[in-house]
Amino acid sequence: MPKRFISIWFRHIKTDWYSRRQPGLCNLPFILASPDHGRMLVTAANAEAQTQGAGTGMAVADARAIIPALQVIDDKPGLSTKLLKGIAEWCIRYTPVVAIDLPDGLMLEVTGCTHLWGSEKQYLAAIIKRLQHFGYDVRAAMADTIGTAWAIARFGKDTMIIESTQQNTALLPLPPAALRLEQGTIERLEKLGLRQVSNFIGLPRAALRRRFGTHLLQRLGQALGYEEEAIQPVQPMETYQERLPCLEPIITATGIEIALEQLLDVLCQRLQQEQKGLRAASFKGYRIDGKIEKIEIGTHRPSNNSRHLFKLFAIKIDSIEPAWGIELFTLEAVTVEDIVPLQEKLWDTDGGLDDIGLSELLDRIAGKIGPGKIHRYVPDEHYWPEHSFKAATSVNEKLPTAWKVDRPRPVQLLSRAIAIEVTAPIPDYPPMLFRYKGKVHKIIKADGPERIEQEWWLQQGQHRDYYCVEDEEGQRYWLFRSGHYDVDKTYQWFIHGFFA
Amino acid sequence: MTGTKADIIAQLRKDILPLQGFKTTLNRTLLDVVPATIQNAFPHAEFPLGAVHEFMVAGAEEAAATGGFVAGILASFMRNGGATMWISSCRTIFPPALTSFGIAPDKIIFIDLTNEKEILWTMEEALKCNGLAAVVGEVSELGFTASRRLQLAVEESRVTGFILRRNPRSVNTTACVTRWKITSLRSELPGDMPGVGFPRWNVELLKVRNGKPGKWEIEFVAGRFRHISTIAIIPQEQKKKAG
Repeated sequence: MPKRFISIWFRHIKTDWYSRRQPGLCNLPFILASPDHGRMLVTAANAEAQTQGAGTGMAVADARAIIPALQVIDDKPGLSTKLLKGIAEWCIRYTPVVAIDLPDGLMLEVTGCTHLWGSEKQYLAAIIKRLQHFGYDVRAAMADTIGTAWAIARFGKDTMIIESTQQNTALLPLPPAALRLEQGTIERLEKLGLRQVSNFIGLPRAALRRRFGTHLLQRLGQALGYEEEAIQPVQPMETYQERLPCLEPIITATGIEIALEQLLDVLCQRLQQEQKGLRAASFKGYRIDGKIEKIEIGTHRPSNNSRHLFKLFAIKIDSIEPAWGIELFTLEAVTVEDIVPLQEKLWDTDGGLDDIGLSELLDRIAGKIGPGKIHRYVPDEHYWPEHSFKAATSVNEKLPTAWKVDRPRPVQLLSRAIAIEVTAPIPDYPPMLFRYKGKVHKIIKADGPERIEQEWWLQQGQHRDYYCVEDEEGQRYWLFRSGHYDVDKTYQWFIHGFFA
Repeated sequence: MTGTKADIIAQLRKDILPLQGFKTTLNRTLLDVVPATIQNAFPHAEFPLGAVHEFMVAGAEEAAATGGFVAGILASFMRNGGATMWISSCRTIFPPALTSFGIAPDKIIFIDLTNEKEILWTMEEALKCNGLAAVVGEVSELGFTASRRLQLAVEESRVTGFILRRNPRSVNTTACVTRWKITSLRSELPGDMPGVGFPRWNVELLKVRNGKPGKWEIEFVAGRFRHISTIAIIPQEQKKKAG
């Protein structure tokens, strides 16, 4: 069965895209321009501008002289490649093999696809209709070879579908440029009066090779189907998913573990080859009775270590209920990130928080005991003791500011300050004794006060006067009085922490 | 003859130590974890790394004293960027205060659990991870089996573990290498100056495997432990013999 190809030619791909984005541009002449050797050159012109005389390669100043109302838009490099790639991926709905044909076309291998749309004619019409609907000015042709499809799409006059093995007759009336030749060869053929393929297709091959080189013969052969030509298909984004169908339904935990291990090995091997690691994965078991059993894991940093991931899943395997059996297992990496390859260490140092073993440990702990139990703290710019640190959002979060070391702070801090009874000389001396939990502590030494004001933009209330005191047993406490000493008002003493 | 006999016994003692979980550290030398006088209480005269240390804690004041002493030890472990895990169910430690003991509080990962069983599971997993410099766990009860599991974990990974036993119901036998008790002492400033001085503790080494228990007064000054005085204690067994 001969192969069939479709060549799609986008006559104004870049300008069509701009018209799509800004419908107001549709009927106006406009061009895309980019700087070249100190002047602006036209890189693309829309149909309206072309009919009025502006063309690619012209200086923008000349184009402006011809069309006073011309709009000029800056060209983006690589735009057409990007657009073609997007359209090529979209075209995978028509055939699995789609290739980009730079600078302004696509090549589709449609062998065995056309009957799904009824016939070749309907198939081609469907593609053209959809693309035109998007606003692209396209021409497309179908033939047995890439070369002929390309030539007919660009230079064909009446019929766009070349019947099988008819490429020879179809090529005859076309100009030499239809053979995808180099500019120099085309000019030489033109000079010799060979203005149609039919003029030279019958010449002896040896004569053609001598005068025009092997390239002409190669292109001719490719168009006629004597020479093979390959295309580089666009790869669609593949999801990181593995499947494992089972001959017999699996009902045991051991069976599930084996299935999981196999799937993880395959997935991790693939991730390793692509230097990626997964951050979240889900493992599903499709039960005979139609229900789906699912367990999910997350990791603190991208991982492709199958043993580690297996441990994370293993904690949750118990929750899978196989009932009458599971007949299909799937493993999907929901979130995938790049892994920065680690440099081997020259000397033995503590990895600190960047250690892979540590992040794997945290994954296991988070998997076992649930979220919200792991904390790490970074300093916060507040003097109020309860606000002087905050929970870090990640293990690798950098310190926003340095830790303050200028003031003594107790090793143990009560989550809520506890009211105590105190005997204290007025007005601002540290207490002489205080009663805490029924025990009277006689204070021998004291430091203070250290006044910490409320941050009024955050909360209202009294300031605190902190004292660091030591009792006769050598136990050190952090006490404070809330507010000023005042004869008329009551004020309260609190214990807030314990020094080492 | 006697000389050779003593040599043989010394050699045998040396051979027994590794079997009991005391391995000499080859690559990581932490010489000044605690003052030299305390170091002499341990076998090989070095602070046992890759072992589990047990601290008996009664009351919030002792918890503060023990927290300070442990923080002082941790500082030498974390000096070259190591991370520590602090597993607890009743955490009252104030992270910013650890800076005064030379620890970067952001290098500590706190794990807050509710169940003692979960704490021990997490602690065992953490002790198996040699990416950590040390692991601190706060539990009240520690059975012999659980302590053996921890000891086996550290023998493999060479991570050092600290267990702070808060208000334990019973003081049972454990497989931990040492048992400590830290209580506060009155601080002193030179020249009878007023105010509270540097933290000062009464450090009791109640039990140490193959070492000599002891009691010392220790002060923490300028990021280092400073030995003040040794209080001679007579080991229990000798007392019995004398009596």
